Amino acid sequence: MSTATSARPQVRTGLSAARRAQNMMMGGLILLATLLVVAPLILIFVYLIREGIDAVNLDFFTKIPAPEGETGGGLLNAILGSLYMLAMSSVFGVLVGIAGGIFLAEYPRHPLMPSIRLVSDVLAGIPAIVMGLVAYGLIVLNFGFSGFAGAVALGFLMIPIVVRTTEEVLKLVPQAVREAGLSLGLPQWLVTLRIVLPAAAGGIITGVMLALARVAGEAAPLLFTAFGNPNVNLDPSKPMSALPLEIYRGATSAYDENQRMAKAGALLLIVLIFVTSLLARRFSRKV
Amino acid sequence: MSDPARRLPTRASMSSGSDRVFQYLILALASVIVLVFVVSLYLLGVDSWPALRQFGVDFFTTRTWNPVSGTFGAAAMITGTLVTSFVALIISVPLAIASALFVAEYAPRWLANPVGYLIELLAAIPSVVYGLWALFVIAPVLSRWEQGYFASPEKIAIYTACKNIWDQDRTTLQCFFVPSAFDGRGLALAIIILTVMILPYTASVARDVIRLVPADQREAMYALGATKWEVISRAILPYARAGIMGGVILALGRALGETLAVAMVIGDSQDIIKSIFGGASTMASVIANQFGDAQETLHRSSVVTLGFILFFVSVAVNLLARVIIQRLTPKGVK
Repeated sequence: MSTATSARPQVRTGLSAARRAQNMMMGGLILLATLLVVAPLILIFVYLIREGIDAVNLDFFTKIPAPEGETGGGLLNAILGSLYMLAMSSVFGVLVGIAGGIFLAEYPRHPLMPSIRLVSDVLAGIPAIVMGLVAYGLIVLNFGFSGFAGAVALGFLMIPIVVRTTEEVLKLVPQAVREAGLSLGLPQWLVTLRIVLPAAAGGIITGVMLALARVAGEAAPLLFTAFGNPNVNLDPSKPMSALPLEIYRGATSAYDENQRMAKAGALLLIVLIFVTSLLARRFSRKV
Repeated sequence: MSDPARRLPTRASMSSGSDRVFQYLILALASVIVLVFVVSLYLLGVDSWPALRQFGVDFFTTRTWNPVSGTFGAAAMITGTLVTSFVALIISVPLAIASALFVAEYAPRWLANPVGYLIELLAAIPSVVYGLWALFVIAPVLSRWEQGYFASPEKIAIYTACKNIWDQDRTTLQCFFVPSAFDGRGLALAIIILTVMILPYTASVARDVIRLVPADQREAMYALGATKWEVISRAILPYARAGIMGGVILALGRALGETLAVAMVIGDSQDIIKSIFGGASTMASVIANQFGDAQETLHRSSVVTLGFILFFVSVAVNLLARVIIQRLTPKGVK
């Protein structure tokens, strides 16, 4: 800390001009940098509203995409596909995620605890596209492209997020609450299920919503699993479309109409994601 | 560890058998996490085996990626991933720390919360949406500049000279900054969009750890007559460096694996990088662009090998983050 000694503050009535100037300058730079950081969010949002709002009409929610080169149509196939796959993936992701969180928080002395926590942390950092490759090898190679394969890939991505938030929230439940339950003669599993989990429900729901918001925008793991489908499909064993997939295809397409649909889809997707994360925040604050 | 262990038997003997059933059930479900990891490792390993057996270590050092001749070397993509990630990291870290300082130290409460929330929303924007925006909004701007570059004859002379050098599969420092494409897509755009995308990760982690710096730490420095910036640079940032470094590594992990936004804007060229404005590719972008079309076993296996490398790199980055945080945490900080 040689710099600290060289600029040791001296007893003086005022600050030197240099120090004052440096202080002002750094404050200004920090403000400027913050504006730079926030600007893209506002620019993206304004851009999508300006370019995409026209295409968000009744057709958008009730029709399937028009054939290449034609105008009109909507993204019903993608909206339903996204909702369907998210529902499927959360059955799997939430169950394993919450169980994992319970294990990490309620059985801290179990010999397997540290390794499961490590694996869960590591899993959180693995790129989504790699999880797509895994789901491809696991399911698509055996059963073909399907909504189910897409849901499995999304579920893999959800697990570590749900595990982490569940563990954190469960640890916030005071030990005394558990002891009160145990002292009434309840077995530990009932204490966990009937007392600890309900007490932490708000936080767990927040975690699940954040995980959903996170995976709802993923297109990379769906490229080789759900694959996409121009028609409405609710059969999980067949290829299924999803909003991010349609956005990807539309944005890289040469047709204006497809690009317009992609922008409208992107607008819908980020509004849904923002609303979900806003609600999640509200939820956690209220509980 | 011995203390709780001694307490265990009494509790175990008091609790009912249903406790044990529940514990096994939870353990079984939690083991699925490990199972996912192991299955991933196994599947990626099996699928990348043909390519690894064929090319061995050369896979990492060969520059040629040619599906037609069946030669696959990932040097160009590995370079692409490293260059995009680290340059984006270098640009984004100071910005992210500054915005964290603004939220945690400068802004009044009524402003700090909304700004902090906006930064978190930035992390919630999906990759495809970033890609779409970069493609439709930033790419035209870059493209206009790239076309404007050729307005004067001397610039064209420079370009022609560089073109010769590029054709010999080489580049020079000057030529590295000469535009080689005109549609705006390329390495530069990928770096720009990656910078924006990883900003919020560092920023929100940095904000959280800066808020955790004890008030004593600040007050002690103010009491010596320090200015706000002096307090920040000498009392707050050194104290919070471990956590901030954790956020930086988190952002690095994201950058290395970021796929679609990069795949959409990077220009998908498997040549080694010769100009910052030229097309390039990263490991993740090649997986996104080629896995669907890869028919031959060797091509497909080579693409999966890229995924396998990404898998290992992200595990390594995660473990590195732990070590760094442990090393850098000042003594006495929890």
